[in-house]
Amino acid sequence: MVRAVTSFGRSGLSDWLLQRVTAVILVAYFLCIGASLLGGVSYAEWKSMFEGTAMRIFTLLAVLSLAAHAWIGMWSVGTDYLTERLMGKTGNVLRLAYQIGCGLVIFVYVIWTIQILWG
Amino acid sequence: MLQVSIYRYNPETDSAPSMQDFQVDTGGKDLMVLDVLEMIKAQDTTVAYRRSCREGVCGSDGLNMNGKNGLACITALSDTVRDNKLVIRPLPGLPVVRDLVVDMSLFYRQYEKVQPFLQNNTPAPAIERLQSPEDRAKLDGLYECILCACCSTSCPSFWWNPDRFIGPAGLLQAYRFLADSRDTATDERLAKLDDPFSVFRCHGIQNCVNVCPKGLNPTRAIGHIRNMLLSRAT
Repeated sequence: MVRAVTSFGRSGLSDWLLQRVTAVILVAYFLCIGASLLGGVSYAEWKSMFEGTAMRIFTLLAVLSLAAHAWIGMWSVGTDYLTERLMGKTGNVLRLAYQIGCGLVIFVYVIWTIQILWG
Repeated sequence: MLQVSIYRYNPETDSAPSMQDFQVDTGGKDLMVLDVLEMIKAQDTTVAYRRSCREGVCGSDGLNMNGKNGLACITALSDTVRDNKLVIRPLPGLPVVRDLVVDMSLFYRQYEKVQPFLQNNTPAPAIERLQSPEDRAKLDGLYECILCACCSTSCPSFWWNPDRFIGPAGLLQAYRFLADSRDTATDERLAKLDDPFSVFRCHGIQNCVNVCPKGLNPTRAIGHIRNMLLSRAT
């Protein structure tokens, strides 16, 4: 058992499962948005679509899914390439800085989305 | 004449690895790569590589031949040589001891982690622990691994995390004991695998399946482990 305190769910299985569930949610969301765009949509229709509570909740769900999905994916990339094994001690500093950076960017995107939806 | 390029490195005398070219007269025969290495050894006795049974059983001569891992003793020139050139390198991702000989310690450490032996704490029967033919059949495709390391050293996840990702060879053996009806340590075995590295660094790219000289399928075994974890934890 390898301990990892910065992974999303602290468990390989929960991260793996969450990444697949969030991927399905994102596909559903982007199909929904894609269908609206392909059908031709005016600004007024677009605005009214996002004023509906259901669409707002669906969008929030999609963004939260994106946040979890992105963290799990970026965490995997960081723990593959930014490691003490490859870079010496610098790898640990870079990886932690990278993880904090990713966390901040994801946080900003989530807050920004909430502001756009309900602001 | 076959053009053969061989990776040379002696950490005690060389500052960096280099490639050395050899010309080998195969007499037009479709030899095995190990035969070619033996001919090169006759030309230059300092070339180092491992070999033993020369029939694909011992797993000693795992090498990277023209970019693909395999056993030199059962890889025919016709299967690997392109444009009359053969490039032989050590298995990727492991420290080089000398020339084509790699240090397998990291590989064995991962194998050791999965406790590759039968665990059963129930009282032993008088003669043996019986197994039905159906249960025995579940071990086919798992027990045949010869630990040549061709699979694990072709896996990028193992290259980056050889100390934390068990790798396809170790996981194939992990499932071999998880699938064994006589083993009673299933829960303990699974508990040790539920972290983000041991199993879940496998992204299913199937390099391991592509190179296994015994035709085994570690990716499928890893999928079974994942399903066992999933069915117990949800």
